[in-house]
Amino acid sequence: MKTTLDWLRAHLETDAPLAAIVERLIMLGHDVESVENRAAVLEPFIIAYVVSAERHPNADRLKVCVVDTGNGHVQVVCGAPNAHTGMKGVFAPAGTVIPRTGALLKESTIRGVASRGMLCSTYELGLGDDHAGIIEIAEDAPVGVKYADLLGLGDAVIDIKVTPNRADCLGVRGIARDLAASGLGCLKPLGTTPVPGVFGSPIGIEIEDLKACPLFLGRHLRGVHNGPSPEWLRRRLEAIGLRPISALVDITNFLTFDLSRPLHVFDAGRLDGSLVVRLAREGETLHALNGQEYALDPDVTVIADRTGVQSLGGVIGGEATGCTAVTTEVYIEAALFDPIRTAATGRRLNIASDARYRFERGLDPAFVRDGLEIATRLMLELCGGEASEVVTAGAAPDWRRCYVLRAERPASLGGQHVSPEESAAILHDLGCTVEPLTAGDLSVEPPSWRGDIEGEADLVEEVLRVKGYDQIPAVPLSREAALPRPALAPGRRRSELVRRTLAGRGLTEAVTFSFISTREAELFGGAKPELRLVNPISADLDAMRPSLLPGLVAAVRRNADRGYPDTALFELGPLYRDDTPEGQLLAASGVRAGQKGPKHWRSPSGPVDLYQAKEDALAALAAMGAPADNVQTNAEPPAWFHPGRAGVLRLGPTVLGVFGELHPAVIEALDARPPIVGFEVFLDAVPEPRAGRAKPPLQLSVFQPIERDFAFIVDEALPAEALLRAARGVDRKLVSEIRLFDIYQGAGLPPGKKSLAITVRLQPQDRTLTDSEIEGFSKRLIAQVEKATGGQLRG
Amino acid sequence: MNDVTGLADPSRLIEAARVDIAAASSPEALEEVRVRYLGRRGQLTLMMRDLGALDPDARRRAGAELNDAKDRITAALGEAAARLGRAALEQRLAAERADVTLPVQFTSEGRIHPISQTIDEIVAIFGEMGFVVAEGPHIEEDFYNFTALNIPPEHPARQEHDTFYLPPRRGRQSNREATLGAADDGSRLVLRTHTSPVQIRTMLAQQPPIRIIVPGRTFRADHDATHSPMFHQVEGLVVDRSTHMGHLKGCLIEFCRAFFGIDDLPVRFRPSYFPFTEPSAEVDIGCSRAGGRLEIGAGGDWLEILGSGMVHPKVLHNCGIDPAQYQGFAFGMGIERVAMLKYGIPDLRTFYDSDFRWLRHYGFLPLDVPSLVQGPLNGAGAA
Repeated sequence: MKTTLDWLRAHLETDAPLAAIVERLIMLGHDVESVENRAAVLEPFIIAYVVSAERHPNADRLKVCVVDTGNGHVQVVCGAPNAHTGMKGVFAPAGTVIPRTGALLKESTIRGVASRGMLCSTYELGLGDDHAGIIEIAEDAPVGVKYADLLGLGDAVIDIKVTPNRADCLGVRGIARDLAASGLGCLKPLGTTPVPGVFGSPIGIEIEDLKACPLFLGRHLRGVHNGPSPEWLRRRLEAIGLRPISALVDITNFLTFDLSRPLHVFDAGRLDGSLVVRLAREGETLHALNGQEYALDPDVTVIADRTGVQSLGGVIGGEATGCTAVTTEVYIEAALFDPIRTAATGRRLNIASDARYRFERGLDPAFVRDGLEIATRLMLELCGGEASEVVTAGAAPDWRRCYVLRAERPASLGGQHVSPEESAAILHDLGCTVEPLTAGDLSVEPPSWRGDIEGEADLVEEVLRVKGYDQIPAVPLSREAALPRPALAPGRRRSELVRRTLAGRGLTEAVTFSFISTREAELFGGAKPELRLVNPISADLDAMRPSLLPGLVAAVRRNADRGYPDTALFELGPLYRDDTPEGQLLAASGVRAGQKGPKHWRSPSGPVDLYQAKEDALAALAAMGAPADNVQTNAEPPAWFHPGRAGVLRLGPTVLGVFGELHPAVIEALDARPPIVGFEVFLDAVPEPRAGRAKPPLQLSVFQPIERDFAFIVDEALPAEALLRAARGVDRKLVSEIRLFDIYQGAGLPPGKKSLAITVRLQPQDRTLTDSEIEGFSKRLIAQVEKATGGQLRG
Repeated sequence: MNDVTGLADPSRLIEAARVDIAAASSPEALEEVRVRYLGRRGQLTLMMRDLGALDPDARRRAGAELNDAKDRITAALGEAAARLGRAALEQRLAAERADVTLPVQFTSEGRIHPISQTIDEIVAIFGEMGFVVAEGPHIEEDFYNFTALNIPPEHPARQEHDTFYLPPRRGRQSNREATLGAADDGSRLVLRTHTSPVQIRTMLAQQPPIRIIVPGRTFRADHDATHSPMFHQVEGLVVDRSTHMGHLKGCLIEFCRAFFGIDDLPVRFRPSYFPFTEPSAEVDIGCSRAGGRLEIGAGGDWLEILGSGMVHPKVLHNCGIDPAQYQGFAFGMGIERVAMLKYGIPDLRTFYDSDFRWLRHYGFLPLDVPSLVQGPLNGAGAA
């Protein structure tokens, strides 16, 4: 919502400077987006008289002009065909910045003749598109004055962000009223004296749907002359970015912005019969004033005459009955349209008009008649003619509501003590009717234009807003409980640990979108119909992700495309199994691509491998507090992994995660390059650690541990886990650790076999082991492992 | 050289041994010396064996002398062994050389994304004020995202939300319908446009006092230089019997100053409008834009960072909390926005691009866990 300082002062008697007004607007809740001082850029441009304009001695198309700037004569070289002796133009001295180009005008010599300034076109000043010739000023304009003053541009344009609840401030007067209530001047009275009608209107009005349009006032004007608007009106409209069209149209636009009272003017000569306000019928269309053709349906409120729809209520008028330069008879419409229906119509037809913007926010139901009278008076004043009596259909809805503002509420809700007298004064100045009750309580009836005030809390806001939020003393929030509590619930604390654990392992955290393409989702077992967006921002982002991996692989691809193929990324975030709250799971996923690390003299690099992904997954599970010893790995990965180089991590029947090499076909489908290994751990699936903080008692043995190595020859297909499980089971009390330290296949072994070597650490608790006890243990271990694996000890 | 006792003079033997020991230039030569004197057939050993031939008196005297001689020779051998050991070590070390200028390889740590770090910082500050973290689903019912927050279906504020929709739940009754018999519209599924539905879920689940902070993903169908279809917000909610707007100011001033680590950061509260709060306020912090460079702190200019207000009585009522007894405030802010301001990150879209170079530049070391215990949250960061 734009206004100018002058326009504001037409409603507000104040001598406050611009800066104070802007500051107050902001503190009243009318945020000021910008203050444009158009005069500032035109400051150096002055009116000058062309004393002589002679042909340039060395160029046919140029003229050498001597201009009188009111402060001496200056010579300029000018290329405009219309430069001539005796004219008045707009002169810019050397050193001026040209608004259109931003270039600095310098003294120069053009084909041997000195030029110390410039005669300007509207184009160069940024005021128009005409650069065929220089501006010619009326002969009576005084030489030496600023061009901006001549144009009346000394008026700052203030752009205010009006909040959606304040339809009344979509008119300059509403803003002036707020400023006046805050003590920054006095609201000037508004002349609403009715214009008596001198004839009965030949055009009647009928409302078919009183919900869509509760009130419609009409008035016929005849004998009008619809010429251009006067200077003051054109300037105001231009200042806020509207193009003046004709007096009748300009007046309706003016009142829209001046009083937040949209009106419509029909060319009465082009209407056929009386007007009906009704819902559109299937198949009806309207060619609107914006040049577009709209197909209508029964949800749209229209104004129709005998021949059909002539206007969309509260949104836009029709081309066929619009006012033109030859209009002599006018029918003025001043109506109330239902906010919801107006909004729906505008949305469906995609029409953003100033009228719609106001109607959908709710307009003053008691100002329709006044608006019509003000419009009538202005039209008669500017266009002549005479007015009919007012035709009324429907009635203004009852808007009166009364609320109690308790004396203590500004303090107990707003944190600021305000006396009942002061509250009453503020509310009164905002237009409320205030009656004191007992004990300082107030009975408050908000004015007709403040439909947004719906209760005591709103009244508190009004009082505090006008008094100033900066007056409210800041109070520290009391500590609720005597003991500090952790901000994070245990589950959330664990996931934070996972995040930092993975980063500590060399994976860098990424944040990728929760939606991916359907194609990507399908590759990872997703893209259920209920998880596809109805209105995606693009086809690439239309499915809620079933996994974090596709987003991470896409990130790998982007990095590879930039020349960084070896990336290690992880993400901790949601995946979506279905559309219920329970179907949203928290996962930690990661990918490693390309080489393990850069080539380096200390660590010969190689391609990333699935065991890194397994390490990452297990590290994440360990950080979650999963019982690591009980996690089993099996080799039945989901389809997006390499069928032979990936696994699933389980705790009993619960799947905790997956890891491995991504399926080459999936990598290719995502336009990435192998190798890529990855993992996904489902954090919600990890059981909460047992309650209680005390750790089990620590028993430190005083006896020396011993280690023994064993190697077994087994089938190459044997999972190592089978051997380790058998070894662990031999003596759970005595064995403190078993490590697989070598895997060998090749010369010296039968084909189809491999050798697995383990170190077993024995930690006795109550005595030193004798040689024969160690021997006995070894025999048992060998026997049990051989039995469980079908292998044999390697000799 | 034999004296009256018939034995060699021990002091001479000691002298001879000392000469031999001094001459030994290697552990092997020293061992030879030891064997020569103290070995099974060594000179001193033999002399000791000869003691038996002496009368008891002479034996006692000579024995003491010989024992003394043995101790001295042993000590001299020990000293020599240590000397030789030192020399050998020095010689060995003199030959051992490594190129200490060779470049080594750090175990390459990853980085924490600035969004996570910023959330952790915000949680640390509000955690200190007694807030606890709450979370909620991203696929949300219209009721929680709009209606319960006093944004009825045709409210103009809905249009500003650019909501993403999901297909309706076919043949299924939503929880809301089942429990409240709510009208048709409340169960329409949306991607939550703000973190505010978690306010509703929390208030429906528990009675006051409530003090929660809600960080999380939010979604709006808008994509340009300053809007991303997915972004992050953090929401706060306090409900009890007496919290008023002065507390709102105190709490948020404290937050802004702690977050930016500027003790005297100017903070301004401006009236505004949100459907779910009344009165409502937008919160600005002081800044300077001198020379086209944004700097947070005093400087005469303002920058909007938070929306806030007293919880609207209708919202409390919608959640089964009696507005005649309880009141409180709520606030919300964009995580990316405050991260950009604090860490000088120029472009919103880069947050989700996962450019490895960007992540390493703007990311944080994993052990840099934000905490008020460890000093101001100035985010030393990792370059």
